[in-house]
Amino acid sequence: MALAKRRFDTLILGAGGAGLRAALQLSNADARVAVVSKVFPTRSHTVAAQGGVNAALANVVPDNWHWHMFDTVKGSDYLGDQDAIEFMCREAPKIVYELEHFGVPFSRLDTGHIYQRAFGGQSQNFGGAQAARTCAAADRTGHAILHSLYQQNIRSKTHFFDEFFALDLITDDEGAVLGALVLEIETGEPLLIEAKTTLIASGGCGQLFRTTTNAHINTGDGMAMVLRAGVPLEDMEFFQFHPTGIAGKGMLITEGARGEGGYLINKDGERFMERYAPNAKDLASRDVVSRAISTEVREGRGCGPDGDHVMLRLDHLGSDIVAKRLPGIRDTCKTFLHIDPVDTPIPVFPTAHYVMGGIPTDRHGRVVMPARHGPEEVVSGLYAAGECACVSVHGGNRLGGNSLLDILVFGRAAGEDIIGFLKENPNHRPINESSVDKAMARLKRWDQKGEGESVKEVRDDLKKVMENHCGVFRVEDVMAEGVNELVKIRERMANVRLSDTSRVFNTARIEALELENLVDIGMATMKSALVRQESRGAHSRMDFTERDDKNWLKHTLYFLEDDRIDFKPVRTKPLSVDSFPPKARVY
Amino acid sequence: MKISVYRYNPDVDAKPYQQEFDIEFKQGMMLRDALMEVKRQDESFTFRHSCGEGVCGSDGVNVNGQNCLACVTSVADLKEPIVVRPFPGRPVIRDLVVDMSQFYKQYREVQPYLVRKDPMPEVEILQSPEDRDKLDGLYECILCGCCSTSCPSFWWNPDKFLGPAALLQSWRFLADSRDQMTDERLDALEGPYKLFRCHTIMNCTEACPKGLNPTKAIGHIKQLMLKKAI
Repeated sequence: MALAKRRFDTLILGAGGAGLRAALQLSNADARVAVVSKVFPTRSHTVAAQGGVNAALANVVPDNWHWHMFDTVKGSDYLGDQDAIEFMCREAPKIVYELEHFGVPFSRLDTGHIYQRAFGGQSQNFGGAQAARTCAAADRTGHAILHSLYQQNIRSKTHFFDEFFALDLITDDEGAVLGALVLEIETGEPLLIEAKTTLIASGGCGQLFRTTTNAHINTGDGMAMVLRAGVPLEDMEFFQFHPTGIAGKGMLITEGARGEGGYLINKDGERFMERYAPNAKDLASRDVVSRAISTEVREGRGCGPDGDHVMLRLDHLGSDIVAKRLPGIRDTCKTFLHIDPVDTPIPVFPTAHYVMGGIPTDRHGRVVMPARHGPEEVVSGLYAAGECACVSVHGGNRLGGNSLLDILVFGRAAGEDIIGFLKENPNHRPINESSVDKAMARLKRWDQKGEGESVKEVRDDLKKVMENHCGVFRVEDVMAEGVNELVKIRERMANVRLSDTSRVFNTARIEALELENLVDIGMATMKSALVRQESRGAHSRMDFTERDDKNWLKHTLYFLEDDRIDFKPVRTKPLSVDSFPPKARVY
Repeated sequence: MKISVYRYNPDVDAKPYQQEFDIEFKQGMMLRDALMEVKRQDESFTFRHSCGEGVCGSDGVNVNGQNCLACVTSVADLKEPIVVRPFPGRPVIRDLVVDMSQFYKQYREVQPYLVRKDPMPEVEILQSPEDRDKLDGLYECILCGCCSTSCPSFWWNPDKFLGPAALLQSWRFLADSRDQMTDERLDALEGPYKLFRCHTIMNCTEACPKGLNPTKAIGHIKQLMLKKAI
């Protein structure tokens, strides 16, 4: 049967906040947009974001975008690109007001303005008093934003391909990206979507780890797709462990819980963050708090019979605050722990949460890579935004509340840039048939029958390797061993077989394709972590405990071919203000 | 522990059947964990799931005759034998996966988005905390479909009655002080079916995993319509 084909101006892979924000920008500009998502759009993982989105609205205490910029640069441990960070922080208020106009049901202050709460790493006046910059809809902000964006896309008649899985990018002879081969999950039929521009907005890869706040779908599909297309991934060693996942289970307890006044204690009842961050205490940035918790547990001050977690206290806040501001995490505690945080502390431990690294882009969402003319040459027709991308606004460590902001600012910016690209490039270009054949081969491979290993065995081992060899604290020989383990896993992949090769809604096949993606991203993470011989942000080396700006103030680039590592400079020059030079990072 | 799941793969099965699996019960096990355990034993077993914490709305199923979200349903609370079936009244695609397109169509039909006729201010549209409170119990809907697919009126007239989920969303915008399309929204719900096929059976409210109350929302819409008529 001939391969079915569709043609659009723009193909967007992923229907989370970044994809939907871009789609809305494009649909409202009368571009023909196809949004491909492996789940129904409101099931995308943006829905699980809790605490809120940062913008210097100054609704509660004085604030301005420049302070937000300083906090973000400091939070990134000076690895963030300051041009992109300035752009994001300046755009933030406009982005939030737009969201409100789209219908997002933000919580409100008595004045009728949007409610803003304190979050980690936020300050007034360049490192002064705690700021309150995180705009919140109770503790369901991601849900409120994702649903509103989907609703506005309904209004704008965006074209959705729900439950289609993207297999690989399609290119022309010069390497320009011209769409993707996708798989309709329900029928098992492939579909070629040709597009003048392709935006990857496929989210993160938290399924690399066993205990994670991330959903089953967060398998880094778009990131692995660009690796296979020869594009590198940037700064993959920087993986954020959220300080407060429910111990042993992984469900997220928002940083907003501490923003509302909650605090952490060890087995002695000590408020230990006072020792690690005398000023910010429990609202130090996430890498700092996660290391503090891990250290407490390693040094024998953990709670519980196995001493393997700490406690988050909210019982002093009163039931009104918890019911009004934190209803979602209260439900989560009741459902999964059978406790009510109004009167019982929550057992928590650092949990895999967010990848700071990803597909290298500029601040217009254009994918850039080293080629003939320098380290940041645009890959024609290819864009990326959201968690899968690395602009880089988060550098070595992302601040809470900056992730929703990132997806919205750069989803919108990518949409805007694509509109310009479409004006200059109004025609479809001929595709290279061999790139279609290659993508098709990826699908066909899983029709192989016979004896072999199962997907679940390899997946379980991959997660174990990542957790044991590339966790909160890292060391040379353990990671080197981790690379060896990953090489073995890669070899085992060739012998994995599906027992179910039927067509209709074959989730076993989807999980196999996802595992292929995860294996490549796992290698990118481990290799990048091994090479960076310093401690910066979330990348914490026990054998290189200090930050080393002389040798390592640079971005890592991992290429799939030969597992090659390269570097590129950090953009330390902002757009209009003075640069924030690296300083010792104290909270 | 025994769990019986509905099986049907149109590629290979002439007709559907229930299949029993033996799985090890673990402390704190959720129904989603149990279904994942079934899939570990037989990878051809198919169901939708993702977030595992009741926010994405993917894993709605029918267990022991009751619609629920598998990831927030504790196995310890279920009577054995645990019998898991797809949502009632929807075409089955495979095993527990049903075709929800009619459900989504009805959602789109209520124009579930904020409409302003006034020019937008350069900052946020102000809203008092009291007005914002009116959206609590409405905006939290995760579109899982537990309510609509447990509603007899929806079973009989899925093409004409909008169903509890869509109507809850209709009320979510009618109740929003910022929305300026009240008359049009109410006019679009006129007639004997779209809204008025609700017979307050309240299966929806019982089934909602988020504790929302579509019956009450439908009642509010009816009241508002009445007020408008007078």
